[in-house]
Amino acid sequence: MVNRERSGSVLLAISTTTRPATDLGFLLHKHPDRVQEFAQSFGVARVFYPEATAERCTAALMLEVDGVRLARSRTSSSSPADFSLGQYVNDRPYAASSMLAVALADVFRTARAGICKARPELAAGPIDLAITIPALPCRGGAELARLLFEPLGWRVEATPIRLDEEFPAWGDSRYVRLALTGSVRLADALNHLYVLLPVLDDAKHYWIAPDEVDKLIRAGEGWLASHPERGRITRRYLGRRRALTGAAFARLAELGDDVEEDLEPPVEEEPIEPSARALPEPGEAGAEVDAEVDVETLAEADGEIAEGADSIGDTGDAGDAADAGDAGDAVKRPLNHLRGEAVIAALAETHARSVIDLGCGSGRLVGELLKNPAFTKVAGVDVSARALALAARRLKLDRMPEARRERLTLFQGALTYTDDRFAGYDAAVLMEVVEHVDPPRLPALERVVFGAARPGVVIVTTPNSEYNVRYEFLDGMRHPDHRFEWTRAEFAAWAERVCGEYGYRVAYRPVGDEDPEVGPPTQMGVFNRD
Amino acid sequence: MTEISVPAMSLVVLVGVSGSGKSTFARKHFLPTQVISSDFCRGLVSDDENDQESTPDAFDVLHYIVGTRLRRGLLTVVDATNVQWEARKKLVELAKSHDVLVDAIVLDVPEEVAVARNALRPDRDFGSHVIVRQRKDLRRSLSKISRDGFRRVHVLRGEAIDDATITYEKAWTDRRELTGPFDLIGDVHGCRAELESLLIALGWELRRDDAGRPVGAAHPEGRTAVFVGDLVDRGPDSPGVLRLVMGMVAAGTALCVSGNHEQKLVRALDGRKVSVTHGLERSLEQLAAEPEEFREAARTFMDGLISHYQLDGGKLVVAHAGLKEAYHGRASRRVRSFALYGDTTGETDEYGLPVRYPWARDYRGRAMVVYGHTPIPEPEWVNNTLCVDTGCVFGGRLTALRYPSRELVSVPAERVWYEPARPLAPSTVRDPGVLDIGDVDGTRYVETRTGGKVKIREENSAAALEIMSRFAVDPRWLVYLPPTMAPPATSPLDGYLEHPAEAFEEFASFGVTEVVCEEKHMGSRAIAVLARTPEAAAARFGVVDGTCGTVHTRTGRPFFGDPALTEGLVARLREAVSDAGLWQSLGTEWIVLDCELLPWSAKAEGLIREQYASVGAAARAALPDAVALLEAAAARGLDVEGPLARTRRRASNAALFRDAYARYCGPVSGLDGIRLAPFQILAVEGRATAAEEPHSWHLETLARLSSDVITPTRHVFVSLDSEESRAEATAWWTALTGAGGEGMVVKPVHPGPGRVQPGVKVRGREYLRIIYGPDYTESIDVLRSRFLGKKRSLALREHALGLESLARLAEGEPLWRVHEPVFAVLALESEPVDPRL
Repeated sequence: MVNRERSGSVLLAISTTTRPATDLGFLLHKHPDRVQEFAQSFGVARVFYPEATAERCTAALMLEVDGVRLARSRTSSSSPADFSLGQYVNDRPYAASSMLAVALADVFRTARAGICKARPELAAGPIDLAITIPALPCRGGAELARLLFEPLGWRVEATPIRLDEEFPAWGDSRYVRLALTGSVRLADALNHLYVLLPVLDDAKHYWIAPDEVDKLIRAGEGWLASHPERGRITRRYLGRRRALTGAAFARLAELGDDVEEDLEPPVEEEPIEPSARALPEPGEAGAEVDAEVDVETLAEADGEIAEGADSIGDTGDAGDAADAGDAGDAVKRPLNHLRGEAVIAALAETHARSVIDLGCGSGRLVGELLKNPAFTKVAGVDVSARALALAARRLKLDRMPEARRERLTLFQGALTYTDDRFAGYDAAVLMEVVEHVDPPRLPALERVVFGAARPGVVIVTTPNSEYNVRYEFLDGMRHPDHRFEWTRAEFAAWAERVCGEYGYRVAYRPVGDEDPEVGPPTQMGVFNRD
Repeated sequence: MTEISVPAMSLVVLVGVSGSGKSTFARKHFLPTQVISSDFCRGLVSDDENDQESTPDAFDVLHYIVGTRLRRGLLTVVDATNVQWEARKKLVELAKSHDVLVDAIVLDVPEEVAVARNALRPDRDFGSHVIVRQRKDLRRSLSKISRDGFRRVHVLRGEAIDDATITYEKAWTDRRELTGPFDLIGDVHGCRAELESLLIALGWELRRDDAGRPVGAAHPEGRTAVFVGDLVDRGPDSPGVLRLVMGMVAAGTALCVSGNHEQKLVRALDGRKVSVTHGLERSLEQLAAEPEEFREAARTFMDGLISHYQLDGGKLVVAHAGLKEAYHGRASRRVRSFALYGDTTGETDEYGLPVRYPWARDYRGRAMVVYGHTPIPEPEWVNNTLCVDTGCVFGGRLTALRYPSRELVSVPAERVWYEPARPLAPSTVRDPGVLDIGDVDGTRYVETRTGGKVKIREENSAAALEIMSRFAVDPRWLVYLPPTMAPPATSPLDGYLEHPAEAFEEFASFGVTEVVCEEKHMGSRAIAVLARTPEAAAARFGVVDGTCGTVHTRTGRPFFGDPALTEGLVARLREAVSDAGLWQSLGTEWIVLDCELLPWSAKAEGLIREQYASVGAAARAALPDAVALLEAAAARGLDVEGPLARTRRRASNAALFRDAYARYCGPVSGLDGIRLAPFQILAVEGRATAAEEPHSWHLETLARLSSDVITPTRHVFVSLDSEESRAEATAWWTALTGAGGEGMVVKPVHPGPGRVQPGVKVRGREYLRIIYGPDYTESIDVLRSRFLGKKRSLALREHALGLESLARLAEGEPLWRVHEPVFAVLALESEPVDPRL
C-alpha cells in the first residue's frame, strides 16, 4: 500500500527490572507477545516488546505519523490555512512531541489511571523503571529536562544531539536523548510524560482544546502542585500557541529564506501566570477551580495576550525584563510602566488633546490614554496586522462603550510612507519605535512624522545604549529587532539634526532611574514645533 | 428648434415644478446613468419615491452621488424641482467644490399643464396647491436665477421644451486632440534674443517683418511650441517676445498659457491700480513706445490666454505654475489661480516672497505636467512634473523640453537682465524618495503593459506593507522583485514528480520552438542594482548618500546586516561590470541584474538550522533506535516485518535528506565564500532588457563577466522540434541533478507573448526531499495529484508586474510608479498557494 504517505517513527521505550519484569504487560494492559496497533488521528501507534524476560521487560511505543494527514488536519482545522513549507517538512514524524503524548494517553489510558485488576499492588506502588526517548525536543536545553524530571524522583540523563556533525559550528540541536531511571509508580510515570513532553517541546503549532486545563489538572494530580517548576510547567502547557502571525506573513518570511519567528514584530505577548489561580497551591486541599478563572485563563492561553497587570508591557525588551526582574528591590517598577507614565506626563504638560501613538504595538499606551478623558482623540498605528489584532483584543474594542470608542482610531500604517491619517493630532508619540527602523530608512520616518504629519509635539523614546552595561545578562542589544541603540550623544545628534531640518525644538528627559555614570535606561526627547 | 449648449463636463441642474416634464426631458437627452433624480434617491432611502419625509436623507444621497460623479469628471444632470434658491445654491456649491461649471435648464410650463400631468399619475396624490406653491417659488426665482452662480441659465417654454436639442461645448483647456510633438518653452520674460536663439537651436525657422523683427516661426517637422507663460516683464524686449509669440499662436504653430505677469500687465494696461514692481515697469515702458494698435492687440492676446492646456490625449498638461491632478481640465477661479500663481502655504520666506506649497511632491497623476514660474538652476523631474523656468532673465538659461522625447535644450542668457530678489537656488521641491501610503494600500488594480490589470487584494497589501516597511531596502533601489515560477505538469515517470519532458511538451504546445535550459543554482534569489558612479546613482535613482547600488533578496531585504558587506559586494560587482566593458557596450551608467546568491546557507543558515537540519537531527537520532528495537522484537519472533522494513527505508531517506540540504551549505565569512550567479540583465538605461532581449543575449553578455565573485550559469539550448535535442537536454538535467544540482529552469529563448509561462522549473529528485520531506519518495503517487493552476497563474501575473516595474524604471517614470508593481509582486507572493510548487 503506497497511497498512504506514512513517515517517520517517533519512539518511546519503557523498561522495568522489577521482577517478574513481564508483569509490565499487565500494568500496561498490553500483552508482551503481541504487536498491537492503535489508529490515531495523525497516524498509527504501535506497541511491541523488544525484550520480555523475567529480568527485564521493555515496551516500545512507536508512532508512524501520516504526513499528509498531518498537513491536511492543519489546514482544515479552525486555524487559517498555513501555506508554509514548515507544515510539510518538520520534525513531527521523528520527535517526541505532544503527538506522542496524546498517543501515550490514548494507548495507555487505563494504565495512566493506575488501574490494574491483575496486579493491583504493583500498580499502586513504585517499581524500577527506565524510560528512553531518543529524540526529545527540549526548548531550554538539557538542563530544563533535569529541572522538570528530577523533582519527580527520576535520575535524568539528557544528552544533547548535534545539529549536524559536518557543521560543528551550528552547535546542538533542540533535541536531547532522554533517559530516565527511577523507582516510580507506572501511572505517575505516564502522567509525567503526558504533561512534560509537550512542555519541553513548547511547540508553536498546536491546538489547545477547551478542556486542556482539566486535562492538566487530572494528569498533574498528586505531583504538579508541589513541583518547584509548576509555574513554568503550567505556563508552557497552556501557553502552547497557534502560529500568531497571519499566513500571508509566514509566506513572505519563507520567501526571503527567513525564519518566521525572527521576523515577528516586537509586540509583547507575555503569557500570564495562570498557575496562581487555576491550580491549587501546595498543601491546598482538592483541585477546585473557579470556573470563571478557567475561562479567562483559557482565553488568554489561546489568545496570545493577557490582560492582567503583569502583562502590561510593550515590546518586552530584554532590558525591561532585566529591570523588572531586579531582585531585592520590591518597589522597583518595570521600565515599560515608567516609560508610559513619563510619556503621559510629558503629554499632559503640552496640553495636547489629541494624540497619535505611532507604533502602538499591542496598545498599552493607547489604553492608558483612553483612560484619561483629557485626551479627546486617540489614535494607534502599527504596521503589524498582528499587533493591531492584539491591541483590539487588549482594548476590548468590540465591547468598548460608544463614547470611548468614538475617541479611538486604530489602523495599519507604516512610518516610511507619508499618510494623511497621521496628520491633525496635537501630539505624536514614537515610543521605542525609531530603533526598529534601519538607519538608512530613518530619513523617511523623519519626513513622514516631522515633515508631513507635523504635529505640534512629537515625543520620542529610545533605549540609552550606555545603560546596557548595567544589565547583567544582556548580550548585544535589548531586542533582536533593534537595528541600533543610541548613546545619549547619538540621540542628541539625531534630534538636533531633525530639529534643524523640520523646525522643531527638543528637550531631553530621563526615564527610569538615572545612573550617575551611564544615565537613564531610556532616553526621551520632547519635540516642539517652532 | 432650440439649441442648448452645455459644457461637456459639467453639472446640469433641471429646474421646474412637479409635472413640468423634467424626467421626460432628461430621459430624452441624457444617459440614464447621467441623471440623478430626487425621486430615485427618495426611493433609495425609503422604498417610496413619494415619501416626502425622507427628503432630507434623499438629498444627502443625491449630493453624495453627484459629488462622486463630478470628482470623477462625469457629466451629471440633477432631476429635482430646484425651484427654491437654497436647493440650487447647494448644487452650485457642490459643482464649484469640484471645479466644474454648472448650467441650469428651466422648464417653465403653465400651472394647469403641470396639474393635469400630476393628476394622471396615481402615485402623486398631493394636491394642486403644492404645484401652485412651487410655481410661486419658480416665478420668484426666475428674476434672480442668473445671480445664483450658473454659467448659463437656459429657460424653455412651450414647444421649445419638446424641440430643444443639447450640444456639448468642449472646455477651452481641452486640446487633447493635439498630439505634438511639442517644444515646451520656459519663462521668457522679455528675453527676445534668447528666445530667437532657442527656437533656432530647436530647428525652428523664424519669419521676420520688414524691420527684421521676428513675427512668427514654423518648424519644418511640424512641431508645436508651447509657452508656459510669463512672456513679459523684467527683460529687455517684452513687445518683441509678444510679437513673435502672437504670430506663432495666430499661425497655429504655438500655444501659450497665461502667466501671472501677463495677468498683471493686462490689469495695468486697463488702468487698474496695480503695484508697478517685479519688472512690470519695464513692460509698461517698452509698450508705451509701441503703436496703439500693437498695444491693443497685445492686451487682447494676453487677456485671452487661458489657465492651462490638456494635450496629447490628456497625457500632457501645461500650466504656468503647474497644476495638481484634481484641477486638470477643470474650470474655476481657484483652478486659474493655482495655474497662474501656484499654491502657497500662506507663509513668506526671508526675502518676503510667498512660500510655495510643494504640490509636485504629492503629485500622482498620469499626465506629465510642465510648468515654469519658479526659476531654478536645473530642471529636475519630480513625479512626472518638470519646471522649465531656468531663470533666463536673471542670467540663467532659457530652456525647452522636447516632448515626447523628454530631451532638454537650452541656451544661456546673454547677460543678467534683471537682478533676482532672491538668489537662484536649487528647487526645494525635490522628489524626497518617500512614498505615500496611498501608493500601495488597499485593494488595487495595477495596470501592466504585458498582462493587463493585476488585482491586488487588501489583505495581501497589508502583509506586504509590513515586510516592506520593516525590512526592505530604500525604495529608490528597490526597482524589481522577482516573480514566482511554476513547475511543469507532474511527471508520470516512476520515481519522479518533475521531469524535463513535460516542460518541453508544455512549451511546444504553445508553439515555442526554441528553449534554453539554465542550471538552477541552489542559493538565494538576489537582485543586484548597480550604478557606475555615485553621480549615476544620484541621477538615475535619486540616491545621494554616495552608495552605488545594492543587492537584495526576494522580499527586498538587504542580504547582510552590515551595510559595509553590501557595499563590498556591490563594489566587486561594479568592478566586474567595468572590466567586462558592459557600461560602454550597453550604453548605460546603471544596470539591474537577476541573480542567485550562493551558497544557500549564506542567507538561509538560520532557516536551514531551524527547519532542515533539525529535522535531520531528529530523524537520525530516532530512527536507528527504532530499527534496533524492531530488530530485537523480530528476534523474539514478533511480526514487525512491515514496520521494520519501512523504518529501515526511512533511515536511509533521512540520510539522503540530510545530504540534500548539506550540499548547499558552505563556509562564509564576511564576503569570502559568497558568489553570485547572474542569469539575466533586467534593465539598463532606457531599456527594460528583460522584456526585449532573448535569453541567448542575456547569457552571452553575462558570460563576459569574469570575477572571483561571479559564478557562470551553465545552460543548453534545445530545439523542441528535435527529439535528439530534447534527449540531450534531458541527459544534461539527469547528470546535473544526479550530481546534487537543484535542477534547471526552462525558458523560451525569445520572450513570449500572452499566456506562455516565462519559465518553468524542473527540480531534481533528491532536491525535492527538501521540499516534500525525507520520505516523499515513499508516497510519490499520492503527491502526484498536485494543483498547478494557481501557481501558474500567479507566475504569469507576477511576471507581468516585474516587467512593468522595469519598463517604468527604464522610461524614467517617478518612484511611486516604479514602486507600485514592485510592491504588488510582494503582495501577490503572500497569496496562499501550495508552497511545495
